[in-house]
Amino acid sequence: MKKKYPSSKCVIGKNNVEICIIKEFCKGCGICVEFCPKDVLGLGKDLKVEVINIDACTGDRLCELRCPDLAIFVHKRKEG
Amino acid sequence: MKIPEIFEFIRVDERLPHILCPGCGIGSAMNAMVRAIIESGLKNDDVCVVSGIGCSSRIPGYIDADTFHTLHGRAIPSATGVKLAHPELEVIVIAGDGDLLAIGGNHFIHAARRNLDMTVILINNFNYGMTGGQASPTTPQGKYAKTAPYGWTERNFDACAIAQASGAVFVARSTTYHVTHLRTLIKQAIKKKGFALVEVISQCPTLYGRLNRMGDAVKMLEYFRDNTISISQIKDPKEAEGKIVIGVLHDVEAPEYYETYKEIIRRAQAQKHHV
Repeated sequence: MKKKYPSSKCVIGKNNVEICIIKEFCKGCGICVEFCPKDVLGLGKDLKVEVINIDACTGDRLCELRCPDLAIFVHKRKEG
Repeated sequence: MKIPEIFEFIRVDERLPHILCPGCGIGSAMNAMVRAIIESGLKNDDVCVVSGIGCSSRIPGYIDADTFHTLHGRAIPSATGVKLAHPELEVIVIAGDGDLLAIGGNHFIHAARRNLDMTVILINNFNYGMTGGQASPTTPQGKYAKTAPYGWTERNFDACAIAQASGAVFVARSTTYHVTHLRTLIKQAIKKKGFALVEVISQCPTLYGRLNRMGDAVKMLEYFRDNTISISQIKDPKEAEGKIVIGVLHDVEAPEYYETYKEIIRRAQAQKHHV
């Protein structure tokens, strides 16, 4: 049986890093926001994570590895 | 979006979002565990995740592999049965501190003594989270819990020391702040033949953190960051006082239970044919 994957919102930055957020899973704990070394993420009005400065993202994936709710994914796209 | 490979092992379509509180460390531990399983090169049919009762024991419900949710404290006996019936499976037990050290304490030490090949991930959040924050065997002395409103008077267990004394071949500790370190340790534990314990110090911001005024999940993670010391950095035992020691605490080789058991069967059958 094929799995049905949840829908996500993706943002692509200048340095070819793509951040995808599944709002449905996010509980707004703020762990990814606080431990991002480049302050790429922030909490929105709905108290869920959103990307505020995509161009600063280095693709270290600390948010993805720490997220307890599996709501954020970082993908480094190949050049060109 | 490119489908993340972690979703291969997660029942995304019917179970998520999970029931755990916002900021709970058990989710981070699950995240690390699933990544460790994938990096070990295991497929969905090669793994069996077993748990008892508690917050952390809800995890097998979200894993897309063979899973087993058993009685309170009886995760290790069930896992022993699974491993002996299907020795080709990689058995992973995921349990909380109350589950594994209080009601399942005896099973824990005897499984370590037998040295059966399994990986035990002990998620230690210092209290009984699911039932409302009662003090557990790992609640440190002087800390507050729902059943200890004036401070807990008893001393706490050191799960790693117990496992080491009981005969476990691999004992390690990490926290939910050090996720990459944690993933490496779980990978090593899966690879190790024999009883391997990984203790994960986790935050419970809803109960333990609130009752001890430790702040939210972020504050608790910062506490873990500032109050841990890696075992390789300790030169003087005084440096480790009052700190959480992380890293591989014990790693030895010892005969594994199933191998010895197989040998006994082989010998007994050879004698039977002789007669």
